[in-house]
Amino acid sequence: MTTATGQNTQTQAKTDGGYPDAATQLDAVRLKQYLGRMMLIRRFEERTMQSYMQGKIGGFCHIYIGQEAVAVGSIAATRPDDPIITAYRDHGHALARDMDPRHCMAEMFGKITGCAKGKGGSMHLFDKPNHMYGGHAIVGGQCPLGVGLAWGIHYLKEPKVCLCYLGDGALNQGAFHESMNLAAIWNLPIIFVVENNMYSMGTSIERGTSMAHDLSVKAKAYGIRYAECDGLDFRAVYNCFKHEVDRTRPTEGDQESGDGPAFINVVTYRYQGHSMSDPQKYRTREEVQQKQADDPITRMAEWLIDDGHATQEEIDELDQQAKEQAIASVRYAEESDEPELDELYTDVFSEPFEPYKTGEPPLMMREAEDQ
Amino acid sequence: MTRNDRKIQFREALREAMVEEMQRDEKIFLMGEEVAYYNGAYKVSQGMLDLFGPKRVVDTPISETGFAGLGVGAAMYGLRPIIEFMSWSFCLVAADQIINNAPKMLYMSGGQFGVPIVFRGNNGAGGQLGTTHSWCVESMFAQVPGLKLAIPSTPREAKGLLKTAIRDNDPVFFLESERMLGMGARGDKDFSRYLHGGKWAPPSEEEDDDFLIPFGKANLVKTGADCTIVTAGRPLHFALEAAEALEEDGIDVEVIDCRTYRPLDIDTIVKSVRKTNYCVVVDQSWPFASIASEIAMQIYERAMDDLDNKVIRVTNDDVAAPYSKKLEQAMLPHARKIIDAVRAVTYNT
Ligand SMILES: Cc1ncc(C[n+]2csc(CCOP(=O)(O)OP(=O)(O)O)c2C)c(N)n1
Ligand SMILES: [Mg+2]
Repeated sequence: MTTATGQNTQTQAKTDGGYPDAATQLDAVRLKQYLGRMMLIRRFEERTMQSYMQGKIGGFCHIYIGQEAVAVGSIAATRPDDPIITAYRDHGHALARDMDPRHCMAEMFGKITGCAKGKGGSMHLFDKPNHMYGGHAIVGGQCPLGVGLAWGIHYLKEPKVCLCYLGDGALNQGAFHESMNLAAIWNLPIIFVVENNMYSMGTSIERGTSMAHDLSVKAKAYGIRYAECDGLDFRAVYNCFKHEVDRTRPTEGDQESGDGPAFINVVTYRYQGHSMSDPQKYRTREEVQQKQADDPITRMAEWLIDDGHATQEEIDELDQQAKEQAIASVRYAEESDEPELDELYTDVFSEPFEPYKTGEPPLMMREAEDQ
Repeated sequence: MTRNDRKIQFREALREAMVEEMQRDEKIFLMGEEVAYYNGAYKVSQGMLDLFGPKRVVDTPISETGFAGLGVGAAMYGLRPIIEFMSWSFCLVAADQIINNAPKMLYMSGGQFGVPIVFRGNNGAGGQLGTTHSWCVESMFAQVPGLKLAIPSTPREAKGLLKTAIRDNDPVFFLESERMLGMGARGDKDFSRYLHGGKWAPPSEEEDDDFLIPFGKANLVKTGADCTIVTAGRPLHFALEAAEALEEDGIDVEVIDCRTYRPLDIDTIVKSVRKTNYCVVVDQSWPFASIASEIAMQIYERAMDDLDNKVIRVTNDDVAAPYSKKLEQAMLPHARKIIDAVRAVTYNT
């Protein structure tokens, strides 16, 4: 609970072991669905890299492989209309939030069928029907926006929670610190999710971030609840988020209820380079291999088999589906049209004046309305 | 009460606009430093906390990036924030939020997320505040597509334009002036005789509960035959002062208040230049890549053949704002400079 001054009184760290094993409450159908989603992200990203190398995707492109359990595990603990917002490494969040992979791939191909009609690209994926408020490519810049989403929830007295994802590199941006302070003084329903993959580009967290060995102090400084979990383990992520999201969620009509903001340090690893052009001189092959031995998808598959939630055949089938979906998304993107030149002047203003034009909503939006 | 009898200060007009709009739409809230308990650093929001309570009139810590970005996020979520900067000089620490996120969100989301937000506050030299506190941001920000930029020149304009800004579905940068907030306190004495006849005071809510001044429609404040002066905001008053002085010398200028630089009503400007064949643009920001340069260029593009001389720009000098009263005066646009410019451009030296 919070005191009159908005200070959270409970700030002690919760580690993996401390959470009720909520994941065991999930039935086999849902567990397989989440594993399937992680596999989809993996296979989708493999195709993304391939398409990038073939010159079909341009610009900067950041691959989510290795971090799949973070997006899928945390989003599994939310309700579909809880707003989420993230940085530029956003393909995983979009897919975890149910964006059709075809619209996601088409966006990266710069096609009119993309989620933003080819105007946003890999780093700026938005999905309004699924309450994803974007990928944002200025490091830390999404944090104040996330606080704004939480302010909206608070203002409208809704029973929702905002998940605001950021990289460990964003811990050193002023925008993040101002956001933590505002969230704390107003007790807003927001969770800052640090996807701590231990590097920001080539800078290891120890080299760039004070108190890297104990990030809880960042939360304590603002009187915000701290938690941490193993981001390579779906179960650990889900258990942690189920607990923290439920605690933060206010009850309808009572914006003072709920335990207020939290800061969750999700320790994870990216198996690929920072972006598609990274020679990776800053880390050893052994380190990467060691982390790959802990692969979140293999771990979850083994758990499901061991606990009798799925058979090996079912798991192979899930992976097969993921591969097919990924291939289909590339085919769809390839076959889609590029935007007409008219699109250059649409979506500049919502009430256009000369020389601007009114645009059609993206196909993704129109499909969502038809449903 | 007739309009002429209304004595309403610029700051009161701003407040009236916000209060009327907030009463109309619960999604609107005002947020900024000292807007609530302190009653506004410049008393613009005086009494609004009592009217609307702390949920809708919200004091923030000194975190421009934080609360400007919060506003953008809240606008994406469906609210309609008014974000007050104590001064536009302080918005620079929030640049990423106000010029990256607010005006480009609609575009980069392919039309999914609009940002109906108003950023407002004091712009321009406050009087011997030195360079960090004397920013004129219009030229710098007018460059960015996706935002609107309004600069009111009288209490009437302040109310009508701010109400329009609040109802607009796109981000509006609303540039007030500390030096004008008290204008109107002494009635007509604060204003040029060209603004007499009640033109400077807005109607009260009882007189007109829907008093809106549309964006992108310049105001022809004074008609004249000999030279066009184009400006907006506080320099309008210098231009009118110059007009009175020039009239005594037999030079009859036409004065245009752009009201909004984005969108810019170039048609009204060009129409006037076609008539007078001469033009002076008065802009209180720096000359390099400025509003004044842009307007001059657009005139050349559309009415080159109608001009009998080049366009002359009256702007801030291209230096940081000095503290010294004498130097500051020398740096800012004022009536004397405008008079000289009109004489020079019309070959009346
Ligand atoms: C303000 C800003 N500075 C620099 C960059 C360039 N840049 C993009 S990503 C990045 C590293 C960020 O690392 P982290 O936050 O840990 O996220 P990760 O890439 O690990 O997901 C940098 C320096 C940027 N996009 N924005
Ligand atoms: Mg990182």
